[in-house]
Amino acid sequence: MPTFEYAPAPESRAVVDIASSYGLFIGGRFVEGHGQAFKTVNPATEETLAEVAEATADDVDAAVRAARTAYTRVWSRMSGADRGKYLFRIARILQERAREFAVLETLDNGKPIKESRDVDIPLAAAHFFYHAGWADKLEYAALGTDPRPLGVVGQVIPWNFPMLMLAWKIAPALAAGNTVVLKPAETTPLTALLFADVLQQADLPPGVVNIVTGAGTTGQAIVDHPGIDKLAFTGSTAVGKMIARSIAGTRKRATLELGGKAANIVFDDAPIDQAVEGIVNGIFFNQGHVCCAGSRLLVQESVAEEVEARLKRRLATLRVGDPMDKNTDVGAINSRRQLDRVSELVAVGEKEGATRWDTGCELPGTGFWFRPTVFTGVSQAHTIAQEEIFGPVLSVLTFRTPAEAVAKANNTPYGLSAGIWTEKGSRILWMADQLRAGVVWANTFNRFDPTSPFGGYKESGYGREGGRHGLEGYVRTGADQ
Amino acid sequence: MSTATEPSLDATARAREILGVSRLTNSALTTWLHGLPGVDQVGAEARAAGLSTRSIKASSKAWAIDLAISMIDLTTLEGADTHGKVRSLCAKALLPDPTDATTPRPAAVCVYGDMVATARAALGSANVNVAAVATAFPSGRAGLGVKLADTRDAVAAGADEIDMVIDRGAFLSGRYLQVFDEIAAVRSACVRDDGTSAHLKVIMETGELVTYDNVRRASWLAMLAGGDFIKTSTGKISPAATLPVTLVMLEAVRDWREATGEMVGVKPAGGIRTTKDAIRYLVTVNETAGPDWLDPAWFRFGASGLLGDLIMQRQKLTTGAYSGPDYVTID
Amino acid sequence: MSPTSTARVDVRKTYKLYVGGAFPRSESGRSYEVYAAPSGRRTTPRFLANAAMGSRKDARDAVVAARKAQPGWAGATAYNRGQVLYRVAEVMESRRAQLVTDVRDAEGVSAARAESLVSASIDRWVWYAGWSDKYPQVLGGLNPVAGPYFDISTPEPTGVVAVLAPQASALLGLVSVLAPVVVSGNTAVVLAAQDRPLPAVTLAECLATSDVPGGVVNILTGRTAEMAPWLASHRDVNAIDLAGSAGADGVDWGALEAAAADTVKRVLRPAGTGPEAVEPDWTGAACLDRLAAFVETKTVWHPKGR
Repeated sequence: MPTFEYAPAPESRAVVDIASSYGLFIGGRFVEGHGQAFKTVNPATEETLAEVAEATADDVDAAVRAARTAYTRVWSRMSGADRGKYLFRIARILQERAREFAVLETLDNGKPIKESRDVDIPLAAAHFFYHAGWADKLEYAALGTDPRPLGVVGQVIPWNFPMLMLAWKIAPALAAGNTVVLKPAETTPLTALLFADVLQQADLPPGVVNIVTGAGTTGQAIVDHPGIDKLAFTGSTAVGKMIARSIAGTRKRATLELGGKAANIVFDDAPIDQAVEGIVNGIFFNQGHVCCAGSRLLVQESVAEEVEARLKRRLATLRVGDPMDKNTDVGAINSRRQLDRVSELVAVGEKEGATRWDTGCELPGTGFWFRPTVFTGVSQAHTIAQEEIFGPVLSVLTFRTPAEAVAKANNTPYGLSAGIWTEKGSRILWMADQLRAGVVWANTFNRFDPTSPFGGYKESGYGREGGRHGLEGYVRTGADQ
Repeated sequence: MSTATEPSLDATARAREILGVSRLTNSALTTWLHGLPGVDQVGAEARAAGLSTRSIKASSKAWAIDLAISMIDLTTLEGADTHGKVRSLCAKALLPDPTDATTPRPAAVCVYGDMVATARAALGSANVNVAAVATAFPSGRAGLGVKLADTRDAVAAGADEIDMVIDRGAFLSGRYLQVFDEIAAVRSACVRDDGTSAHLKVIMETGELVTYDNVRRASWLAMLAGGDFIKTSTGKISPAATLPVTLVMLEAVRDWREATGEMVGVKPAGGIRTTKDAIRYLVTVNETAGPDWLDPAWFRFGASGLLGDLIMQRQKLTTGAYSGPDYVTID
Repeated sequence: MSPTSTARVDVRKTYKLYVGGAFPRSESGRSYEVYAAPSGRRTTPRFLANAAMGSRKDARDAVVAARKAQPGWAGATAYNRGQVLYRVAEVMESRRAQLVTDVRDAEGVSAARAESLVSASIDRWVWYAGWSDKYPQVLGGLNPVAGPYFDISTPEPTGVVAVLAPQASALLGLVSVLAPVVVSGNTAVVLAAQDRPLPAVTLAECLATSDVPGGVVNILTGRTAEMAPWLASHRDVNAIDLAGSAGADGVDWGALEAAAADTVKRVLRPAGTGPEAVEPDWTGAACLDRLAAFVETKTVWHPKGR
């Protein structure tokens, strides 16, 4: 019986033009950076995509000044309705150029084109669309009687959902009347730089959004700059703590969206086929590079064997490979550094006695790859049950009762998300009450929407993004006018 | 063509064994069926939608088109059917594309019971089966005696396959044992004098069952009672076949094999009009039940217009230009 | 049309009803003359067009179309409705010139004032479009009941809403009463301003070219007094906005409200004090009231337990 082999179905690169080098986007135009330029590569092939400028402290200063000028002279004086119109324009242009952005995102990040095309870019456009509508309605958002912007906000975003994280940051900031200095991650700067083109097409007043590229030092320069009124950061808990320490004793505000080690809890009465999909989606979507990934499967002991068997059978149909192939399900690991980290933690997992299994699929010769991996026989005491791996590695633990599931799920310094799989409604609601997590998904996982607030408890950060609640981080309310 | 399962199957005895009960009662069946895992509608539909994004190109597309053609039960089930119409349909089945002799033939033609003889004669000894709908198709609303007579007539006239309908009224009112007994009785009515048996497809009419939980339960009930194939729809009401419904049925046949070692086939019918649709179904088969089902013996499309679209797509692959209805014969 | 070139014989438009996504004539076959509002030193009224004169049967058909479209419109995601409504604004913007001409003719205002009214209309439409995926967060919420129950209140569209559009403000007033009705998933049967119906027909053309599903908005031109009572008493209409009873001859809004009482319709009374109906100044800031008037609050309980 010949098997159904899917022939390669590559998306074309032709839709996007990548420049050989990029400067910094300050005051509405591209200018030279004064630091040490660096390269960004395609993690699937290790091919260099472009050279990117590094912003020094002086460059960051120029960006902050441009943002401050734009704030004082233009943006803070503009009506909410007009700010909203700019955001609507940005949303529409992103929709028009969706394919271009999706392709560029996949080339720079390594995620499957299917995901950039169907998830990242549409959601990014939706965020701008949603927040456009809030710009002239802030007085309805329970933010006090006279909500005002904070001023200039510094935003540092990660490499896992570059364009989507950019939208999550810039849209609410602008809607509330702030201006922005944003630093994309050093391994994924290209969609942010292309976004500058969208801003020009939308005729956004110069200086309202400034994009400065660079790595940790550039980020620190933003954090430390006295002209920044508020910081928004998504990234590792370690860096989040550094930021919190840096601003301590100042009046700078911050919202932090950090790491996670979410429990995906499967009960014996779960809708089993959909639960397996939810487990797979929870940890292998985006190669597991998701802060809210369901990286711990907590399965009721009575069905653990069955769930494990069904899970492994399902994983055999996951296609790992060229992210530009429309049939790829799991793409490349974003960088050599991240790949090393994942491999390290997986080795620790084996050493500590958990049983390792992977799909055994073929991997391409060049690029950064890791097979979807499942560890069974994991307990709370194991490192791989506690530390965020940020890769396609699932740890499977068991539980006996709802209370035990709750205890194990909560037994972590993190608290970003959790999943519950059961057909019993009352149990879903009871569990949701008990779980110390900012986002609880019941009979689903990794669902995001601009209207739905996202953010963590405990060391997963504070502040929310999306929804009415997400506006709070960007306005001054009555108490501190 | 596969042979049907064991003709002298004692469905009730086997069911007792599978359920682990001493008497097969309605209550035992209820407990068993209601103990199957539930289906989350949103999750199931999302999985089907995800499978629909597979992009099948070039050589794999050509392979899929030919496979899909060979899986068609080319169907005419109209009150206005005449011997002429049925002969014309059979001629199309024998020669789907007169301009290209490499075009595969569909697996079967599907007609009303009183047209079986005509179809058999028109097809001669060619390797295309005659499938007949029976048991008061499409409504299933008649006494058991009538339904069995309907079945026997079609078998006697030469039908290779019988597509029966379940009693949806009985199913929806929880009379599972009645549904079971009827399927088993029809199964027996498929046995010929020489001991061979016509192959039985059980139509669940998923559009009337409505929920995916019901589709799962009806699938398991039909397999328990000895169906060789489970089929979605009569094609006479809307919605007919959908991808999520077929997904749930493919999960059922996969799990049934896991539990009993037996394979049961799946046939979505009605509403599958384009090559794109058909390929989505094949992808779903491939990634759910598995490649063993990618064979006309285990997967069929109940369709009429689909054949024309598959042939147009096949022509595009060979000529390089988009084709049109003028280049495809009507039946 | 340039006044300096040899006068070109222009192709003049027929103004029809907008029902179920199509533009039919009135089933009664009647029409009525529409004149420009007095302006400048002109003493004789300037003829604009013969508009369709809607009948009770047209109103009846419009309700059927609105009801048919309602489940689909309410069932669309809030994001989708917001996108569709924003697109209406895009199309209105692209047809500014025509809308400005329509408003000048209808209201007899200066070019500058007409421009400003058209801008305000488009901006108001955008304001409402942006509410589609936000108003539930403002009008709904979790209720902290004294027991182990999840208890949530959500606003849902009431269904089919009849709207008497304002008589004087032919575009801005129309937008102000129509947008808040449809943004939440209601469908509408609108009686356009009786003597100033043409901006409404142009708006209908914008709706028809903006991915708004047929039947979501239905616009009838003709005599308010003739059609309104049939809508007020109609058993398949869930709510009625009586704004357009102000300044409409032969329309007694109290009688309409009484007729609506037979089916306990939600009634939005016209502005004014006592029995007098007045048309408000539509140029002031909009608020959520008109949106909230046409939603029902549904409260759902579910126990929480292991």
